[in-house]
Amino acid sequence: MTQLALVIDLNVCVGCHACVTSCKEWNTSGSAGAMSDDRPYGADPTGTFFNRVQTFEVGSFPNTETVHFPKSCLHCEEPPCVPVCPTGASYKRKEDGIVLVDYDKCIGCKYCSWACPYGAREIDEHQKVMKKCTLCVDRIYDLSLPEAERKPACVRACPTGARLFGDVHDSESAVSVAIRESGGYALMPEWGTKPSNHYLPRRKTQIRIHTDELMRADNPLKKERQLPQPDKSEPSLDDVTSW
Amino acid sequence: MHPAFSVIFLTTLIGAGQGLFLALYTGQVYAFFHLLPAQADGRFYAIGSLIALLLLIGGLVASFFHLGHPERAWRSAAKWRTSWLSREVIVLPTFMGVVFLYGVAHSLGWHTPLVTLGTLTLDATMVLGVLGTALCFALFICTAMIYACLKFLQEWHSPLTVANYLLLGSASGFTLATAYSAYAAPDLVGFYGKWAMVITLLALVTRAASLVRNARLKPKSTLQTAIGVRHGQIVQKSQGFMGGSFNTREFFHGQGAGLLRSVKWVFLVLVFALPLLLLVGGLFSSLSGLLSAAFLAQYLGLLAERWFFFVQANHPQNLYYQTIS
Ligand code: SF4
Ligand code: SF4
Repeated sequence: MTQLALVIDLNVCVGCHACVTSCKEWNTSGSAGAMSDDRPYGADPTGTFFNRVQTFEVGSFPNTETVHFPKSCLHCEEPPCVPVCPTGASYKRKEDGIVLVDYDKCIGCKYCSWACPYGAREIDEHQKVMKKCTLCVDRIYDLSLPEAERKPACVRACPTGARLFGDVHDSESAVSVAIRESGGYALMPEWGTKPSNHYLPRRKTQIRIHTDELMRADNPLKKERQLPQPDKSEPSLDDVTSW
Repeated sequence: MHPAFSVIFLTTLIGAGQGLFLALYTGQVYAFFHLLPAQADGRFYAIGSLIALLLLIGGLVASFFHLGHPERAWRSAAKWRTSWLSREVIVLPTFMGVVFLYGVAHSLGWHTPLVTLGTLTLDATMVLGVLGTALCFALFICTAMIYACLKFLQEWHSPLTVANYLLLGSASGFTLATAYSAYAAPDLVGFYGKWAMVITLLALVTRAASLVRNARLKPKSTLQTAIGVRHGQIVQKSQGFMGGSFNTREFFHGQGAGLLRSVKWVFLVLVFALPLLLLVGGLFSSLSGLLSAAFLAQYLGLLAERWFFFVQANHPQNLYYQTIS
């Protein structure tokens, strides 16, 4: 079985919001209709987004670290938002595990948003239907696009390459290798939702050096000793090269 | 959570309607076993059913204000296998239909025996009453489970939620039956009044238990599990946008702790203490106005109780929306 998902590398994300704007650009132009905004240039703008980039500060000054944290629907393997939907508008696709909303069936009761612990769903205040990340389902299968472009808009837009996209059920896929080898983890594991999207932690490359390692204690080839002064009678390098 | 007035009115109105129906049928069953004087004609039950039906219709109308697309509401009966909301959508109109038939059967006097059990013969009103009672309990369970089944809303995820919906709805219905019988069937006032007090006291026990439970809850999700960083000190510096969003509107109530505390005491007084006093006073003084006041106070109190129920629930998604920037 296939489970498409994103893997987001928090070690690489610089918090530039390129994924947010490219997501909005792609999805507001799609056949499903605009993602409506109110007062976009006013004092109190608000609108529908599938993806948000948030920023957290870990630790206290001066030992702080800034973590930029992109958040969108995690396409859970046990999505609590799906069974509660009374109409069946929210569903999880068998073939690729994407969780979708059928905008023609949704009655806008918002119950699914209550059932998502991650706050990944946002109602469209004008169309009155629930919206969320679709993993760009209208793009990743589009055969009219060159193969390299059949990826979610956010993945294509990320300037630092912090977002990987692929099948997390295929153990050899790039996303699975990244999760396995770089400590990928799921958000709020306590609710048993089994999110498909994973996050890679901040990583620092460090080596531990003891002071005695700064000077080589054992030196079997005597490589580092002071070379003895050659005897005055010995030919010097100049003598060798200058004859 | 942000309290939605459509849902507050839906749950309190249908609760009172369901309770009133239960009260009417309880009275009929007592009369059937000759524990109460029988009503001369069906008018008491017929008008009572009409009041219950009006309350249920009021709740149903309120619920439509919660929907973004009310014209598609019929679709919500589809997923009854998995969704308590869908089950409620099926049970509520079915129950309303049975209440309607129950009232019709009483007003038209459908008393031909349908079922004979030994020396007892059941007519259409008794059979419809059994059916209505089953549906009524099913409806209480569906309504409560809509909230109780959401496990990460820890304040709601408890059997006490089901007990509260059942008992609070029944209490308001029996209090209403007391007030109603003072006008329509004065010999039943004592019967309904005593039941109303018993159920109100039971509801006080379960509601107080859930208040105590919720005060001691420890949230399972923390900022650490929300972003997956193991550090004792994490603060949000930006939620990703300056204006509001659905996430900041739907899941935050924006009320101070002081208001919450006062609403809690207001509903404890209005739902429990005041109606109990008024019921006792009304029963002893036989002033029917006191009994009506008991119902009004209890219903107003239930509006506050439901408001508090929503506001008290803490959604884990709020962890992601702490700081504008
Ligand atoms: S992240 Fe939320 S909306 Fe997405 S599948 Fe999981 S529970 Fe559903
Ligand atoms: S808002 Fe739409 S998708 Fe969500 S539960 Fe209601 S009908 Fe289903």
